[in-house]
Amino acid sequence: MTTSDARLYRPRASRFWWLHRRSYLLFVLRELSSVFVAWFVVYLLLLVTSVHRGSGSYQRFLEWSGLPWVLVLNIVALAFVLLHAITWFNLAPKAIVVRAAGRQVPPRSVAAAHFTAWALASAVVAWIVLGGL
Amino acid sequence: MARRSSSEAVAWLLFSAGGMASALLVPVLLLFFGVVFPLGLLAAPDHTYILAVLRHPLTRVVLFALCVLALMHWAHRFRYTLFDGLQLKRLRTPINLLCYLGAAIGSLWAAIVLFG
Amino acid sequence: MPDTITLQVTRYRPEAGAPTLQEYQVPFREEWAVLDGLNYIKDQIDGTLSFRWSCRMGICGSCGMTVNGDPALTCGTFLSDYAPGPVRVEPLANFPVIRDLVVEIDDFMRKLPKVKPWLVRDEEPAVADLEFLQTPAELDAYKQFSMCINCMLCYAACPVYAIEPDFLGPAAIALAQRYNLDSRDQGAHQRLDVLATADGVWACTYVGECTNACPKGVDPAGAIQRYKLTAATRTLRSFLLPRAAR
Repeated sequence: MTTSDARLYRPRASRFWWLHRRSYLLFVLRELSSVFVAWFVVYLLLLVTSVHRGSGSYQRFLEWSGLPWVLVLNIVALAFVLLHAITWFNLAPKAIVVRAAGRQVPPRSVAAAHFTAWALASAVVAWIVLGGL
Repeated sequence: MARRSSSEAVAWLLFSAGGMASALLVPVLLLFFGVVFPLGLLAAPDHTYILAVLRHPLTRVVLFALCVLALMHWAHRFRYTLFDGLQLKRLRTPINLLCYLGAAIGSLWAAIVLFG
Repeated sequence: MPDTITLQVTRYRPEAGAPTLQEYQVPFREEWAVLDGLNYIKDQIDGTLSFRWSCRMGICGSCGMTVNGDPALTCGTFLSDYAPGPVRVEPLANFPVIRDLVVEIDDFMRKLPKVKPWLVRDEEPAVADLEFLQTPAELDAYKQFSMCINCMLCYAACPVYAIEPDFLGPAAIALAQRYNLDSRDQGAHQRLDVLATADGVWACTYVGECTNACPKGVDPAGAIQRYKLTAATRTLRSFLLPRAAR
């Protein structure tokens, strides 16, 4: 069947399509979390630089990190990074499909394994950061 | 255009590795160094201790890997956010360049800071 | 229960300018689907309304439209869920509109054969040898993806397809997976060249709306994510070890 192209109505996608549904908005927020992951890298490198430059420089960094705008930025960043982590581990079973003994490992187990790894990694890092070594 | 894309495959693998690494390690690090210590809820580690930890080769390697992978994760995800969210796919080449160049520069900075 | 419910239906004629919404009052019967309302309109009120439908039971995939902003099979969407109304019925999103509620699906029809949605064998067996044995576990591996009825609700839900019409799309990739994961199939390598491209799986950003829209529980988003891992590793392997790739 041939249809003359000029007679077809082709709706255009709105530039703000991601505002039209709650699920689209949540998706875009999840994607924007990557910006805050990149921000963390910058923040981490600033921290490490300050440590290498001596205890005075490290102190000044700690004070800077306590400024209201830095604090708010990092709280927002933390929220986004948590969104990233939670959505990431919940979606991981979709990509990682393991078949063992002719049956599929239940997706919930795959997700649970990820969350467990997250808890363990966080515990280890927390222990190190709080002076455990 | 039936040709498999090696660059997209590599980009996605780096994105995935970076997503996993950042999901596992960034929340706890950001929690402590971005919120808990600045708010004074707990005392930040003293300089001698944190310098010793950062000087350890394992710490350097792990943090470097985290930084590089996290930046690769950002590069891939952010460029697609621009393609789809702002419908800028016609600027595909400059956007790709900017994102991966940014990730490369960040990785270089990480190498200098952590190993320099 | 009120007697009637209002349906606001898109009318489009190419010679008559942009699409408009026309209101009709149809009987509000508890067991009626939106499709029943549309058929009432065509039979009793306005015979000029055009729309596609066939089986009335959610298996042919013909009656996909946008109901109150969501992609839906009108035969499986009930008026009582929208009471007191009005119920807005528009053409399936992301496809060009030919007339009223009828969309042009040529794009999908072109894309589907590209993924070779049939059993591919290295050598065609003789008819006498055409029986393949498959265990229940092997069937399980792909069964979910075989449930696709080609209704294209997933394309209507996908924002990437809305923006990038060249994107292969959820159903096509899910159907490719249905065959890739079938133990009787040997064509995964051939499908790789179509799927592992910038307009194939790599265009997908895992919004997940396709899975939400699917009336048959196919989970195309899951199919795509799973294939990304396969595509990435196979592409790399063939890149690094070209001869060993098979």
